[in-house]
Order: sequence, then C-alpha cells, then structure tokens
Amino acid sequence: MSDPSYPEELLYHPEHDWARVDGDQATFGITWFAQDSLGEVVFFDPPKVGTTVTKDAAYTEIESVKAVSDVISPLSGEVVEVNDALGDSPETINEDPYGAGWLVKVKLSDPSEQEALLDAAAYAATLS
Amino acid sequence: MLREIGVESIEELFADIPAHLRLAGPLELDPGQSELEVFQELRALAVRNTSTEDEVCFLGAGMYDHYVPALIDSITSRSEFLTPYTPYQPEVSQGGLQAMFEYQTAICELTGLPVSNASVYEGPSAVAAAGYVAKLANPGRSRFIVSRALHPHSREALATLAHGWGMEVVDAPLCDGLTDLPALDEQVSAVIVQQPNFLGAVEDLEALAGAAHAAGALCVAACDPLPLSVLRAPGECGVDLAVGEGQTLGNRLDFGGPSFGFFAATEALLRRVPGRIAGETVDVEGKRGYVLTLQTREQHIRREKATSNICTAQALNALAGVIYLSWLGRHGIVELTELMLQRTAYARERLAAIDGVALLHDQPVVREFAVALDAPVQAVIDRCVAQGVNPGYALGRDYPEYENGLLVAITERRSRADIDRLADLLDGAVAAERSRNTHHVGAR
Amino acid sequence: MAFTAAADDQLTIYERSKPGRRAFVAPALDVPEHPLDDLIPARLRRAEGERARLPEVSEPEIVRHYNRLSKRNFDLDTGFYPLGSCTMKHNPKLHERVAALDGHARLHPFQDPRHAQGALELMWRLQDSLAVIAGLPHVSLQPSAGSHGELAGVLLTRAFHEDRGETRTQVLTPDTAHGTNPATVTMAGYEVVKVGTDAQGNVDLDDLRAKATPDVACLMLTNPSTLGLFEHGIEEIARIVHDVGATLYYDGANLNAIMGICRPGDMGFDIVHFNLHKSFTQPHGGGGPGAGPIAVADRIEPFLPRPQVVRRDNGNGAQPFFDLDYDRPRSIGRLRGFQGNYGVFVRSYAYIRSLGAAGLRDVSEVAVLNANYLLARLRAEGVLEHLPVAYDRICMHEFVLSGAPMKHDLKIRTLDLAKRLLDHGVHPPTVYFPLLVDEALLIEPTETETKETLDGFAQILVEILREAADDPEIARTAPHTTPVRRLDEAAAARRPVVRQRF
Repeated sequence: MSDPSYPEELLYHPEHDWARVDGDQATFGITWFAQDSLGEVVFFDPPKVGTTVTKDAAYTEIESVKAVSDVISPLSGEVVEVNDALGDSPETINEDPYGAGWLVKVKLSDPSEQEALLDAAAYAATLS
Repeated sequence: MLREIGVESIEELFADIPAHLRLAGPLELDPGQSELEVFQELRALAVRNTSTEDEVCFLGAGMYDHYVPALIDSITSRSEFLTPYTPYQPEVSQGGLQAMFEYQTAICELTGLPVSNASVYEGPSAVAAAGYVAKLANPGRSRFIVSRALHPHSREALATLAHGWGMEVVDAPLCDGLTDLPALDEQVSAVIVQQPNFLGAVEDLEALAGAAHAAGALCVAACDPLPLSVLRAPGECGVDLAVGEGQTLGNRLDFGGPSFGFFAATEALLRRVPGRIAGETVDVEGKRGYVLTLQTREQHIRREKATSNICTAQALNALAGVIYLSWLGRHGIVELTELMLQRTAYARERLAAIDGVALLHDQPVVREFAVALDAPVQAVIDRCVAQGVNPGYALGRDYPEYENGLLVAITERRSRADIDRLADLLDGAVAAERSRNTHHVGAR
Repeated sequence: MAFTAAADDQLTIYERSKPGRRAFVAPALDVPEHPLDDLIPARLRRAEGERARLPEVSEPEIVRHYNRLSKRNFDLDTGFYPLGSCTMKHNPKLHERVAALDGHARLHPFQDPRHAQGALELMWRLQDSLAVIAGLPHVSLQPSAGSHGELAGVLLTRAFHEDRGETRTQVLTPDTAHGTNPATVTMAGYEVVKVGTDAQGNVDLDDLRAKATPDVACLMLTNPSTLGLFEHGIEEIARIVHDVGATLYYDGANLNAIMGICRPGDMGFDIVHFNLHKSFTQPHGGGGPGAGPIAVADRIEPFLPRPQVVRRDNGNGAQPFFDLDYDRPRSIGRLRGFQGNYGVFVRSYAYIRSLGAAGLRDVSEVAVLNANYLLARLRAEGVLEHLPVAYDRICMHEFVLSGAPMKHDLKIRTLDLAKRLLDHGVHPPTVYFPLLVDEALLIEPTETETKETLDGFAQILVEILREAADDPEIARTAPHTTPVRRLDEAAAARRPVVRQRF
C-alpha cells in the first residue's frame, strides 16, 4: 500500500497498532505508518492461541530485512485466532495492513479499555 | 593539509584530549625496524619451535597434522579473498558470499542437517554457542549434561559462559570409553556429546539424541569433520546442533588458531543460529546472487536480543575449508578417512601388543585412540621426542583416572613406517622407564 | 574497476561437478586391510549410497572456479575502503611471509612448551607491547575477535564483583554503541541499560549519573566514540562509574586514533580490548579471522582466562622460560580452545616491531589528520550542505555525516549514495550506523591513504550529488556496473535458501 491510509472505522494505539472491535472480540494489526517504517516485512511469528495479551505491552515481533519491531497490544484479552497465512506471505502486512494483513483475533477481557484508544483523525495527528 | 583544515599543527587536532592525559614521551617500545630486521626476528623465533616438519607427530586431541594441498594457499592468499571486509555491500562481494554459500552446503552435507552458518571462531566456543542456543530455545531449564569425553576445552568454555546464565554443567560419566547418560529430568536444557569422543571412540548418537528428546532436551554433538564422511550423519541420528572444530579441513595448525568452527542446525532452529548466513536471491535483473540473510538474528540489528554477539568470524579459514572439501571431493574424503581408519587399526594393534601398553577401551575408533601405559607417561613421551617422534597427548592432566593415558592420532601423513617406528620407540621407552622404576623400588 | 563477466561465472562448485572427477589421490594403503564392518559396526556408519554430496571436480576446475569468484569481490588491495569503525588500513605483505614460516604455521598447539619457546616468547612480547599501548599491565591474548574480547571483559567484571560478594544485574552502554556491546551484555547474563548522548556528541553525564547505581556492574565505552569524537568528560565518567564500584570497559575499535597519544589506562579504564584485525593490520579475510586480546588493571588480573602466557626467570642469569600458566584459581576459565589465534599474533607482532614507538604515534596522528582533512575538503566542495556533519567538532580518525537533508533535497538516500559509490570503484563508508544519526554515513579514511585518494573521493561525492540533482533515478537504481545489481534481500529473508538444493 503506497499511500498513507487510516480507516475511519478503526481504533488506534499511539504505538502504531489498530484494533477492529466487534462486541467483546477484536482484531489487531499494525498501521500504515508502522509497516512503512519497517520496510519490507520478512517474518512474523504469531503468539500461540490462548496467550494472554495486555494493553500497552508487546505481544509479538515483526521483522523486516533491517529491523525488528515489537508489536504493542491495543487492548487486553486472550488470543483466539492467529493469521497463519502470514507465515508464507509476510509481505501481506505491507500490502494490506488493515485487511488480509491482520495479525491476531482476541477475546477482550475489558472492552471499556477502547475508550483510551484514538480515532483515525487523532492518530494521524500524532504522526505529523 | 593542515591549512585546508584550518589548524597550525597536528597537535591542535588532539585538543579534545585533556593535556594531562596526553603522553609526554614516546611509548616504551623499541624503535621501528626495517622489513629485513623484522623478518630475521620472526624467523629467529620460528626456529625455536619444534613443528610438525621437525618431528613425526602423533599429537591430536582437537587439532591434527594433515597435509594441506598447495592450491589452498594460492587461492586464499589472493587479495580479493584476503583483504576485503565482511560483505555488507553484496553487489561487490559475490565472490565471498558465494564461497560462504558453497561452504554452508558442504557442512550441511557432512552433518546431515539443513542449516549451517558461515563459521564461528573454532570448536570449543562453538559448543558454548550451541549451549546459548539451547538456553534461548528452551528457557527455564537450568542444566547441561555434558559427556566426560567432550574435549576438555569445550567443557571449560561452556562452563565459563554457563556461569553467567546461572546454569550448571554436569558430567555424564563414561562406561568403557562411551558416554553413559544418567536419567534426565525436565531441568536438562541440552545433552552435549562429542563424535568421535575425546578418547577416540565412536558414540551411538541416535541413542543419545533419543534420550535427550525424551526429556525435552536438545542434543548437541561436537564432531570431527573427516570422520563424518563415513559415520552416520548427526542429523540422521536426531542431533539438533552439530558443531565442531574445522582446522582439519585445509587449515594450518598455527599453534591453535586461527581455524574455524562449523555450526549446523535443524530447520526449527534456523532463526536461532548465531553468526553470518549467506542466502540465495536474485538481483533486479533476475540474475542469481547471494546476500547475508536473516540478519535480524544478529547483533547489528537485534542488539541485546541477538542470537550471539559474534561479528568478525573466520571467513577466510572457512574458505580454506570448502576448497579443501572440493579438493578431496565426494569420494576422496571417504578414501582419506578409510585410509586413516585402517592405519589407526594397525597402530592400535601394534601398540596394544607392546608389553606395558594396554588399550584404554576397545570401542570402534576412526583416527585416534587411547592407551594406558604401565610407566610414567611424560618420561616415555620425552624419550620418544628425543628420538624425533612425538607419540601423542598425555591424558592425565584432564583425566586423573587415566594417569598414564596417551592419546594417539593418525593422519594421512603418518605412514606405516612412521607407525612401526612409533611402536618400536614406545616399546623401548616403556621398558626403560619400567626398569628404572623397578630399580628405584629395589633401591629402597 | 574491471570485473570479468563470463557467462557461467555464476555456477556453484556443485553445478560444475561431474561424477568421477577428482583432484585428490589417496596415498596407497600400506597396512593390512580389515573389512569395514569389523572396524565400525554398520549401524554406526553411512550406507554406501549416503555419501556426503561434496563436489566432484579436478584441480584446474577448482582453481578456475575460485579465481573467477575472487574477481567478483572488491578488496582493500584494489581500492579505497573508508568503512567507519573498521579501520581498513593496508595489510603489509611481510606478514604473510612470516606467518607462513614452518615454526609458526606448523606448530601443534599441544606441543610441549619447552619445544615452543619461540611461540610463547612471541606471545609474551606481544602481550607486553599491548600493555604498553593500553597503559594497563596484564594482557590475555585468548579472545578470538573484538566481540569475544567484550565477552571476556564483561565476564571478568562479573567475576570481580562475585569475588567481593556482590551480585549486580545491569551493564550500561551508550545509545551510540556498536551492536556487539548490548549483545555481549545479554550473553554474559546482564541487563542492558542505555545511556543517552548530549548535543555535543558526548555521553550525557546527567543521564549517566542517574543510571549509575550500585546495581550497575560496568559501563562499556568506546573512546573516541562511534561518532568519531573524543569524550570531553571521560575523567568525570570514570569517577562516576568507579564511585558506584562498577568497572569501566574500553571497546578498542577506535584505538587507531590515539596510539602513542594517550592511553585508555590513564583515562581510568579497567579493561580494554584490542581488535588486531583493525589497528594491527590482520587482513579481514572477508569476515575474519581476527583477534580480540584484552588488557586489564591489577584488580582484574586474578580473573583473566586460563591459561596465561608467563615468563619464568630463574634469576641466575639463565635464559627466561616462557610457559602456559594454568594455575589460576580465580580465573573465569576458558573462552575457547588452546591459546588463541596465534597466526594473527604473528602478524600483529611483526607490525608493532616494524613501526616501533614513533611509528605507532605516526599512525594515529596521520589517521586523525586524514579524517579532518577529508572533512575539510568535503566542506570546501559544498558536500556538507547536503550531507552535514552530525557534530560540528574536530573529529578524530572518523566522522559521521547525515544524509537526511540529501534525502529531502535530492530525493536520494544514504543507501543510494553508497550503491552509486560502487560504480565509482570505491567501497562505501559504513551506512546507518551509529543509530543516533539519521541516514548516517560513517567515514574512516585511515592513515595509509594518500592525499590524492582523499581528494579523489571528495570529487566522487561531488559528482554523485550533482548527478542526483539532475536525475535521482541513477543513484536510486545503482549500482549499474557491478557483477550483480541491487539484490532482493527481502526475498532472501522471507524464504531463506541457505544451501545448494540438489
């Protein structure tokens, strides 16, 4: 994805992660800014299903050719699904960070945490 | 030049250094010398060393007196291999990178494992590095089980590092020359053995690896590379990490270094392997080429979370290694190893037949074996050396239980005539020392 | 810069192999032959069909293959190599001759010390010379490379504290540190804590004071720093560190700037490592071998690796005896087998004997002169407008430029500049290090380059910048004239192919 994009319907964490919330479940990923900074993603090793993730803490890493970056969890909960397809095609994270490049699906332990997250406009403002 | 910089003297360029730290006089070193004088000094030092050209050498114990073919020096002394830096700019380093790729392939073939790095420093530190991989791959376990027949230097290097990890190194004893594993529990991070072991014996790697895996531990095998050409490959036996000393492959003795260490691993451990790895790729025009790959493992990117701190390794020595393996070739390496096998068997028979010399064990061996002398081993060695033959390594310092043990190594440079001479000298030396002792006893 | 471009240059030695070809001829079997099964049971041996698939080629093919490969390498004997932090100085050719003498090259490491006096004396004298250069009296030659020396240093620090009954958990490193420093700290079982750098490019003393607690075991420092700058506050740094009882470690990567000028021991360092493959001319070999000996203060000496090379004097006028001393009860133990990379010691010793005291000082003076001169040339040519120096101070033996303005104004990055330099027959400087400087370019000319080479390099940079102003695409698609063009590193990392597939 060559142009910056921050979909309106998502919530954002200042450490460049997004969350798509659906009731008490959410999907997480990294933002356009994060994948652009990393460069071409070469490896993503997902956490195991059942792992607990905590808001503001790192839950996995993404590697590009020349860098490794912690991925921060926007919300707390338990991992219920991971995107295994990324094992064969990690570059999907660059091409479609909000769609096919999703990282994990989580059952939220405290959905009210989303109030602390930023909307698209507020997140974009932090980048300038 | 000073004018261009805008200073009056070179002194001014060092203004940042506090005056009282700057040296008032010259370093306390001799003045410099001409090339001729330096050459003469280095040669004068060289002649005070007894090299393998000055005596018939049966010393092994980790490094071996092999014949290094002339083509190796002619290639590795080329400026283009000798003087460049690590290949950070791959477009002008394809020679070095492709050589690394070819080297990695050869190590994979010898070890039977799918992944090899481009070299580490040498054998014992490769074992310590394997321990670090096990520690990171198997967090929370506190112990390494290490064969008593692992090279003493490897055991010590591992222990030195393991101390910093808060892990302990526990010996597995030997039974009849082979590793006798104790019962393993879930505190064991890795089982570390040597193949052939330090006493020359061929271990049953499959059984050892099986026992390790049953306890959830990794199996590390430190291997002598030439014997791997005839022995079942460590990877086939279930070994997770096959490492070892590469000096035997086309490198000089050099009083212990530089040589290289090889490091091979299973696919599962690929991203935990230390050191440089050359990988195949293509350029923008679709031409095949090679780059340093998986660099996110390494210190210059992952820093404190790196798989190792290694930066400079032993690239030139690994190059000598792959040239040597190409020179021996697929069948030549087997012929060479089988030659050593037969000569070792002959040497063993001849020595075991000497009065006062007994085999330490009768396990299968490849190119090295251990005997026990019924006489003070150092005195026997001294007598042989005085006759121009160095009979081997005295085991007593590392193995008090083999006080008068001697480790004898055979290479293709040791002919039947050399072995016969060794046997004759040992026969005479042991007899002389035994009769000396008898006289001493009598004199009391 | 001429590279041969023969069409089959790309074949690997395995692709050249043909069954039955060979270079090696085994000596004839001169002992009775036993059946293999009698010697080694079949279950422990490879089956006939399982031979390792090593190449099958003749000697002329091997020679031609590797000679052709060599012509696809740029090297120091061929051209300028201003790689910052690597000290790519000329490797004197005498060194290969002396290292190849049988007495040095064919000496078994377990040879009786009585019959290896030349080697042990050489090591002892090298130790002594390094001690003089560092200003610290006790040296171990055992570590095999700089990062190995760093590991030794941190393990020595641990032993030092444990000996006093203390357990400390942290080691401090500046944010400009070379990656081997934090990697070493973790390997030694400590936690890394980063210390910041101030606006003048020095260690931030306030940040250091805040982080130097009694839980800190050591501060690892390079001086001059990786920015090529001498630490203004080095003595205050030493005071702060020693006041909390920690050790001060010197990373010797930048020693080329200060030999004979000042000594790390005098600055307050407790432990120093040398990179013999940097300041002491061991050829880099495309990635080693090297050596990383260490020099330490009296209080650290008891913990040095085992064995130590010592000199035993009888006192009655007899020749001194050089020996390997294993009797070191408080030693950290070993870091590797045998005594270290002796072949590297031979070369470094020859270098020190060739230069002598005055020569070593010349080395550092000219290294610093050359770096400052090159910087002044770049300033005069206007290069610094696009590539400003990161810290406007007198540099030492190297300096850092930032490619950030160039990226903005000319639309080419430091990476593109580096790749375009390849087309001009020059090796690029170090890029993207230290991390502190955006689009960093770390340039170290060394003392063995002539003024003409430095002037020429400045002109090349001028030309590349001018060309980029006109057409940035040329640099962005560079290199154009090398044996391969830009390589897909992402593909190599995503689906790694690390061996020949048969």
